[in-house]
Amino acid sequence: MIQLIDLNKYYEDKHVLQNINANFYPGVANLVIGASGGGKSVLVKTMVGLETPTSGQVMFEEKDYHNLEYENQQALRREIGMLFQGTALFDSLTVEQNVEFPLLMFSEMSKEERMERVNLCLSKVNLHNANHKAPSEISGGMKKRVGIARAIALPIKYLFCDEPNSGLDPLTSRVIDALLHDITKEFGITTIINSHDMKTVKDIGEHIVFMHQGQKWWEGSKEELPEAQKSNPELDAFVKASF
Amino acid sequence: MNLFSEIGRYIIFMKYVFKRPERGRVFWSMLTREMNLIGIESLVVVILIALITGAVTTVQTASQLASDSGVLPPSLFPMEIVGSVVGSSSILEIAPTITCLVLAGKIGASIASEIGNMRVSEQIDAYEVMGINSIGFVSLPKILAGVIMIPCLILVSVFLLMVGGLIAAKLTGIMTMDQYVTGLRSSFVPHYVNVLLVKGYIFSFIITSMSAFQGYYTKGGALEVGEAGTKAVTRICVAILAFDLIIAKLLL
Repeated sequence: MIQLIDLNKYYEDKHVLQNINANFYPGVANLVIGASGGGKSVLVKTMVGLETPTSGQVMFEEKDYHNLEYENQQALRREIGMLFQGTALFDSLTVEQNVEFPLLMFSEMSKEERMERVNLCLSKVNLHNANHKAPSEISGGMKKRVGIARAIALPIKYLFCDEPNSGLDPLTSRVIDALLHDITKEFGITTIINSHDMKTVKDIGEHIVFMHQGQKWWEGSKEELPEAQKSNPELDAFVKASF
Repeated sequence: MNLFSEIGRYIIFMKYVFKRPERGRVFWSMLTREMNLIGIESLVVVILIALITGAVTTVQTASQLASDSGVLPPSLFPMEIVGSVVGSSSILEIAPTITCLVLAGKIGASIASEIGNMRVSEQIDAYEVMGINSIGFVSLPKILAGVIMIPCLILVSVFLLMVGGLIAAKLTGIMTMDQYVTGLRSSFVPHYVNVLLVKGYIFSFIITSMSAFQGYYTKGGALEVGEAGTKAVTRICVAILAFDLIIAKLLL
């Protein structure tokens, strides 16, 4: 489980994360939703350590991530997989080499074992016959799938996805959502998905955190969402605007 | 951002550059790739520039000494001096400084743009999230490859500067080859080679580390990546000339 405790983040005098307290649970798809500029991306980047909080804690199980020693922090990072909004595939490497990269860096596997794992991960995301293609030669949806395959190449505990459906057509978006759902269930990982796509919430969302103007406005399960809309005009406006 | 905070950031950056690489075999394969890119792929431009600059230096030195001496008529002027001037200036100044200024444009801009592009496309964030020291991972192979290969290019350049001068002397008939070679030999001071190597190592470190630093802290998009390359080259050129003066003052 990941816990956020009194998390604050300032950019100079702009208070972009305001006293956030939230929980993210293992084995379920945790969704961070909200309009653009609401602080979703900063929240996810702070959770994975790409941004440092001004105050507060990000607890991975019992470990205070931002106060760990450098080596321990690096070790914890190896349990984290991330799918970036722009996929962040290494453009000097092929699809296969991109997925192999974390294994090459952090496992003692032989070449054959690595290739076996790469092919397994690529088949999990239904990507076949693209092993030797460069990232520039494949479509946006395929890039996202390679990004997911790379994120799960090592046995991770936490998967972060920053706007996994951005730039994708509705059909491909549903395919990516289904993949993320299946991977979360199969590996029992804590998945945090940053999205403003209510279809994603409807299809795979289980635990929802709604961000508004840098604050955690609401947190609860998908089943509680319709009830919460009645007493929460900002949440209601966001949900209605999304359909 | 003021100069002092920029220098502070550069020092912190260098602290991370020299952390032990996560995986030796990956590091070595990156190092050999960079040595090829920096060394072998710069060889043609270094050869051309050295030959042409050597020839130009010889022709201009001969012309200036003959017309400006005012003491002896050109026919009686000791042309060996031309070889002597070309030899000393090649070792002390032209080979290390001119070669590195040219390489700053070629290698410096390329490193800054490559790392800048990795930054804006989130590839560096991906390394960080994986638990890789991204500064060291993307910069150390480039810096080490530069420090190994650029001094080698400078040594090639010294030799070709002298060959360029020799060819110019022969083709233009300014002097005989014997006069030129005698001049070169008479001016040779072994300590100058030490100065050449010190300059070579320092300049190559400046080129690679400053361009990596500039690229790593790129923010924005394609426009800023281009700006990072331009900024890197400008700053490297100024730093090279400043250190050129400092080294000359300290070692000569």
